[in-house]
Amino acid sequence: MYAQGLIGATAETRENEAFLEAFQQRIDAEEKIEPRDPMPAAYRKTLVRQIAQHAHSEIVGMLPEGNWITRAPTLRRKIALLAKVQDEGGHGLYLYAAAETLGVSREELVDQLLKGTAKYSSIFNYPALTWADIGAIGWLVDGAAIMNQIPLCRCSYGPYSRAMIRICKEESFHQRQGYEIMSVLAKGSDAQRRMAQDALNRFWWPSLMMFGPPDSSSKHSDKSMRWKIKRFTNDELRQKFVDATVPQAHHLGLEIPDSDLRWNEERGHWEFGELDWNEFWNVVKGNGPCNKQRLRQRRKAHAENAWVREAAAAHAQKRAERNRSAAS
Amino acid sequence: MAQADSKFVLRLADDHLILGQRLAEWCGHAPTLEEELSHANIGLDLLGQARNLFAYASQLLGGTDEDRLAFLRLEHEYKNVLLVEFPNEDFGYSVIRQLFFSAFMHPYWQALTSSADAELRAIAGQAVKEAAYHVRHSREWTLRLGDGTEESRQRVQTAVDDLWSFTGELFEVDDLYRQMMEAQVAPDPVSIAPTWRETVVATLEEATLQVPTETWMQTGGRVGRHTEALGHLLTELQYMQRAYPDMAW
Amino acid sequence: MTVKHSPLWEVFIRARNGVAHKHVGSVHAEDAEMALQAARDVYTRRGEGVSIWIVPTAQIVASDPHDKEAMFEPGENKPYRHPTFYEVPDEVGHM
Repeated sequence: MYAQGLIGATAETRENEAFLEAFQQRIDAEEKIEPRDPMPAAYRKTLVRQIAQHAHSEIVGMLPEGNWITRAPTLRRKIALLAKVQDEGGHGLYLYAAAETLGVSREELVDQLLKGTAKYSSIFNYPALTWADIGAIGWLVDGAAIMNQIPLCRCSYGPYSRAMIRICKEESFHQRQGYEIMSVLAKGSDAQRRMAQDALNRFWWPSLMMFGPPDSSSKHSDKSMRWKIKRFTNDELRQKFVDATVPQAHHLGLEIPDSDLRWNEERGHWEFGELDWNEFWNVVKGNGPCNKQRLRQRRKAHAENAWVREAAAAHAQKRAERNRSAAS
Repeated sequence: MAQADSKFVLRLADDHLILGQRLAEWCGHAPTLEEELSHANIGLDLLGQARNLFAYASQLLGGTDEDRLAFLRLEHEYKNVLLVEFPNEDFGYSVIRQLFFSAFMHPYWQALTSSADAELRAIAGQAVKEAAYHVRHSREWTLRLGDGTEESRQRVQTAVDDLWSFTGELFEVDDLYRQMMEAQVAPDPVSIAPTWRETVVATLEEATLQVPTETWMQTGGRVGRHTEALGHLLTELQYMQRAYPDMAW
Repeated sequence: MTVKHSPLWEVFIRARNGVAHKHVGSVHAEDAEMALQAARDVYTRRGEGVSIWIVPTAQIVASDPHDKEAMFEPGENKPYRHPTFYEVPDEVGHM
């Protein structure tokens, strides 16, 4: 049924018009597509790509925050941050599990990540330089992620939608934790306020870039929208995020680093400046501050621990052999 | 009804803080995604217990709080056993360090559930369940690493040999500890030793590992004389509190 | 690097006051004991469960979605299996 059965299977479907039409009808009727249901190859492929990217993002996302756990300023913050990063690992796990229902193994996906052929959210290619960054990441990065994730709870593919529901439930404390950290800093000493403002300055634009390229240049969107894998456009979500977040920043007494930011009474939205799309594409291509460092760390962890995984596999085999000879 | 001495509570608190910190270092570096979560769980358990113990110690001392105690003492003022500050040389060291520590803490917390100190009884009630799982987790990994591949056996045997001399400290009794025993606050380690040995020896043997025969034991943690590793650990732990003194976080 | 596949296990959890085990996802582990521990560490961090079942994914036998009609529709038009099909006089009380 799941990955182990489908690995190597060609999963061919006869994709004539009638088939595609029938499939689209199921989607339009808000039916959930489940692992063994017939589905267009392009649907399966798009889902694997999207779910895998999401999973990789959670895994790489553990690194910028993970590097501050040992330096968290209080016991309460240390515990909360460790729990948050653990959740992120868990989210990656749920997502790999969802991807595996589509006929690809976790090992293959991890291999793609470590080889550098898979994409993950480029926000994690920015460094976490101060404790305030931990606040900014929780507030802005998790905030942006939540904007993306809530609509995905209604995605057409059953396992992905269920994984997203679980993730969204767990995610609610992440953003609150980040905002609380920023709050305390913003109301604290001069040094703390400066730290918070500096973190906001560095994470604001990269957070907006999390919603992807502008609708005009996004190549995957059309089919994804029709198949209810994607439920809102990049620009729609980006605007939603800005509208939600600007008042939060004002409440903190911090300034958003955008001189073009202004409230448009007519439209009922916050207008914001043009993103630096050069920077966006550079980071996506692999030229961000931490791209190489992140992968190096994951590769190192993977390689240095190969002996552990091999030992576990060898032990399981020995055990199975012992059970077999005991039974005979 | 008796009350623990704050110095005794701090020893236990330090044990859990330092080991919790070592486990937190595995974040992003574990062998599998599942182990990332397992190690984080154990780290969270230990840090949670540390927090309870620091809170209690600060209550007993008065005029301080859990964070001042956890973050602002000098190296020689930390009284954890040397075993817990041992660096994460590799996954095998981490597993064996956990096995040695938890095989002690599980029966120890069990005994503390009958402590004359009410607060320690309460903390122990929760901690004993957590420690049971820590023993199980480290035991199972010891079996897989010891009785896995030739490479894993060699690596984990090295860890066992290196860490063995740090186990004696768990059972040390000094004047402070004797007072705690007399007040029935703490158990006699002599009563813990057989359970500890049984768990450890049975696990190592089943894992096809050699049980070291070395009898010389490292010491010094309980009087604040540490290994070189602790200084570096504290540098990271204390950085924010030292760089930004007297601020709220 | 040859990609070696570690076994996949499906995880079912029964909640504290739940009646049945519910499928919550999967974990990778080399053997049953480690799968059980992984399931506990991954899926019960928020007090979700009191009982865990793990099953190797390869052992699950599932009905074929193509057979949905033959497997399930016949059950839908047999109202005599439902209590609402039968009338019981009000005076008799709740049944």
